[in-house]
Amino acid sequence: MTDIALKLDRLSVGYGDFPVLDGLDLSLPRGRITAIVGANACGKSTLLRAMSRLLKPRSGRVLLDGVEIHAMAPRKLARRIGLLPQSPVAPEGITVFDLVSRGRHPHQGMFGRWRREDDAAVAEALRLTGTGPLAERLVEDLSGGQRQRVWIAMALAQQTDILLLDEPTTFLDINHQIEVLDLLTDLNRERGTTIVMVLHDLNLAARYADLLVAMAHGRIHAAGLPRTVLVERMLVEVFGLDARIVADPVTAKPMMVPVGRHGADPARAAIHPMENAS
Amino acid sequence: MSLVADIASLRQGRRRKRRMGLAALAAALMAGIALTLAVGQSVTPPLTVMATLLGVDTGGDAFTIRVLRLPRAVISALAGACFGMGGVTFQTLLRNPLASPDIIGISSGASAAAVFCIVMLHLSGTIVSVVAVAAGLGVALLIYLLAWKGGAAGARLILVGIGISAMLQSFTAYLLTQAPSWSLQQALRWMTGSVNGAELGQALPLLLALGIFGSVLLALRRDLETLAMGDDMAAGLGVPIGLVRIGVVVAAVGLVAFATAAAGPVAFVAFLSGPVAARLLRRNGSLLMPAALTGAVLVVTADFAGQVLLPARYPVGIVTGVLGAPFLVLLIARDNRSGGSL
Amino acid sequence: MVHAPAPLMPRRVLGARRLAFAAILLGLLGIAMLLSLGLGSRVTGWADLGAALSGEVETMGEATVASRVPRTALAALAGAALGLAGAVMQGVTRNPLADPGILGVNAGAALAVVTGLATLGLASAQAYIWLAILGATGAAIAVYAIASVGGGGATPLKLALAGAALTAALASLTTAIVLPRGDIAGLVQSWLVGGVGGATWDRIVPVLPFLGTGALLSLATARKLNMLALGDETASALGESLWRVRILAAAGAVTLCGAATAACGPIAFVGLVVPHLCRLLLGVDYRWILPASAVSGAVLLVLADVAGRLLARPAELDVGIVTAFLGAPVFIWIVRARRVSAL
Repeated sequence: MTDIALKLDRLSVGYGDFPVLDGLDLSLPRGRITAIVGANACGKSTLLRAMSRLLKPRSGRVLLDGVEIHAMAPRKLARRIGLLPQSPVAPEGITVFDLVSRGRHPHQGMFGRWRREDDAAVAEALRLTGTGPLAERLVEDLSGGQRQRVWIAMALAQQTDILLLDEPTTFLDINHQIEVLDLLTDLNRERGTTIVMVLHDLNLAARYADLLVAMAHGRIHAAGLPRTVLVERMLVEVFGLDARIVADPVTAKPMMVPVGRHGADPARAAIHPMENAS
Repeated sequence: MSLVADIASLRQGRRRKRRMGLAALAAALMAGIALTLAVGQSVTPPLTVMATLLGVDTGGDAFTIRVLRLPRAVISALAGACFGMGGVTFQTLLRNPLASPDIIGISSGASAAAVFCIVMLHLSGTIVSVVAVAAGLGVALLIYLLAWKGGAAGARLILVGIGISAMLQSFTAYLLTQAPSWSLQQALRWMTGSVNGAELGQALPLLLALGIFGSVLLALRRDLETLAMGDDMAAGLGVPIGLVRIGVVVAAVGLVAFATAAAGPVAFVAFLSGPVAARLLRRNGSLLMPAALTGAVLVVTADFAGQVLLPARYPVGIVTGVLGAPFLVLLIARDNRSGGSL
Repeated sequence: MVHAPAPLMPRRVLGARRLAFAAILLGLLGIAMLLSLGLGSRVTGWADLGAALSGEVETMGEATVASRVPRTALAALAGAALGLAGAVMQGVTRNPLADPGILGVNAGAALAVVTGLATLGLASAQAYIWLAILGATGAAIAVYAIASVGGGGATPLKLALAGAALTAALASLTTAIVLPRGDIAGLVQSWLVGGVGGATWDRIVPVLPFLGTGALLSLATARKLNMLALGDETASALGESLWRVRILAAAGAVTLCGAATAACGPIAFVGLVVPHLCRLLLGVDYRWILPASAVSGAVLLVLADVAGRLLARPAELDVGIVTAFLGAPVFIWIVRARRVSAL
């Protein structure tokens, strides 16, 4: 076992004639949290889909422990890599418990019976995500944050050592965003799960990720520690955004603050002093 | 770990309930078949029915039961099971209880071809059934290809199916206006669905279809359920989606086409069986078997009702069609939150 | 938004284009009607045409042409009604797939008429205009209600599915009524295909007041449909009473469909194809789309009827089947051209 979980080797992917990813090289470290950021339509989601074999590369390879994932049997791969798509659909009328149980799919044979270890995996997933009390509820009756935890529980029941998540915090309130990211961090720390996620929020990405990957126009613009990637120059080049980087007062990780066209307007500050604004 | 124990007991409880539901459905089917065998224009005592089935010569009753009633009951049950299983497969795959093969036009190809054979080519018998099966598969394939656009999205598939079937229905209606009166009755069967004049010989192809396609579907049932969570999720869970989808569609279309060839497009059975089974079993596990049993019960009892209970004798397709209308409204108008849906 | 916005055109260019289009359409209608009078399974000459139109009916040829006059008139009227009704339905449901055939409105009218034939004893369809309108109304309300239940409102997919399912249910009921009645089976069967073959003035005159009322109601909603196209919220923010528009428009469309169905039987896809064509050529203004759809619908149905007469010589294909084979490919093309999320 190397300390590289997934390796992209000159990976190119496209829809039709249009290339989305163009010769990517990237190594994702085992047992770490990697966040992929970038402007809309830069190929973040495509990258995630290529890593989970949803898209066939036009050229290049995705290697899992040195083996090309497109050469692996689907079930075998699904026991190694779990994927949570951006907005998964739960079949209507399904209970939490049934949904989480579906995560055991790759571990079961065609007519394979349900085994004790399947129950154990489901119970463990429910426990880790704190969704045990919801087990018999209908998924459509849950709040957004609860539902996202249930989906993560399903991915956990899959018992993979790598978990790919496409924007796991979209459509969630800020408190639920933090809840989900904390949960993912717990998983990473306690079980050593390698986590790769696409995130929209740069500050949350810098705060929770060990490795930050910034993408632009189908290429890797920068990859490395958050403090080397989340810099003012990258923000200009990738997002076309003028921003300042400060230290996050809680964790001292880098945090970006946009300047905007009305950045510091002394006249306004005089009319509405800060103490009145709060 | 108490949670594991809870989970295990939850699962066991469901398994028990599911077995009870299936047993109840099987019992209902048996009762329906028994009624069909015993009651018709005249009532045959149960003992005579038993004796006849065991091979004792009971004179006139033997003819009534072996030639008239038994084929009717057997074909009804088998065709109903095929419709039920094929229907629930489409509903699950396309994630829409309205997307059953009879509504999205899978069976319209089979009936249009059959009516064409009868009215224009003056054919009858087995050849009509063969052509109907072939046309059913052909039209299903056509719908699939027309809906294909870098992947076959469910919504597109449904809408293309509706368009094609509207066209074929108009074609069939036109053919019927051209039909000489002696073939009109036979042709009408292909519009409405009926087991009048069923023969035991028709049971073999149905049995084979149910055996082969049915076991393909049962083998793929977990993949099918996973596919219902969207392509991305299914692929992430290790389902070879392209392969599974083709296998499932071919098997389901096969079931529906064979059943249509034997009994005509018995209206709404494919559409009703899945949702009814889901309500009876409260979503405990795969719906394939429950829907097959429900379909069989539906066709057998609807045929019985059409023959015996109603003032005039109606073919089974009319009874299910009329039954289906209020249920359709109920199904759509039900509160989404009540659960137990497909 | 369901309708793709038209490419921006300078106002004057668009105006000129619309006037030209109107002239072309009316010209086409004239040509189509002349073709319909002159062509058919029996060959007639121009002399017959002239004679028949001036009222002299002496030879077989002249008689044939004279018999084609009411038929042509009915085709034009029904086509106009269906085209207009389709445009209004597409506007009011904001749904590109709305069509009286697809949405089950025709099936509702058919069931009502067949029920009337079977229970009230009269053996002709035109006496049942009120029944047809009643059936069409019932079906329209049912389909819209069915499709609106559940999340997301009445999407094109849900409307089409509800329409198809309701059509299947209503067809079963219709067959259930006809089957024990051998005496009316033939009449109903030929009526169910939808045709203008046996048209007489007796059959046309009773529906005229209904067609007129429906057309007026429909045309009156044009400006409101423009508002509705912007979405419910925007329309009400612009001061439009949503329910009044919907009821007015639906009443117009349903009256048109019911009257047309009573006169010719259910004819599908005219209402689907025509408004799309008009929108493609004229832009998104319903004040132009509605009248253009009426005229184009008339052209389409008259030509489809001529085609039906020529294709199956010496017999005839009913116009309903011609439009079905013309319309289904267009329907599929519309479905394919749209993104899945818009369905």
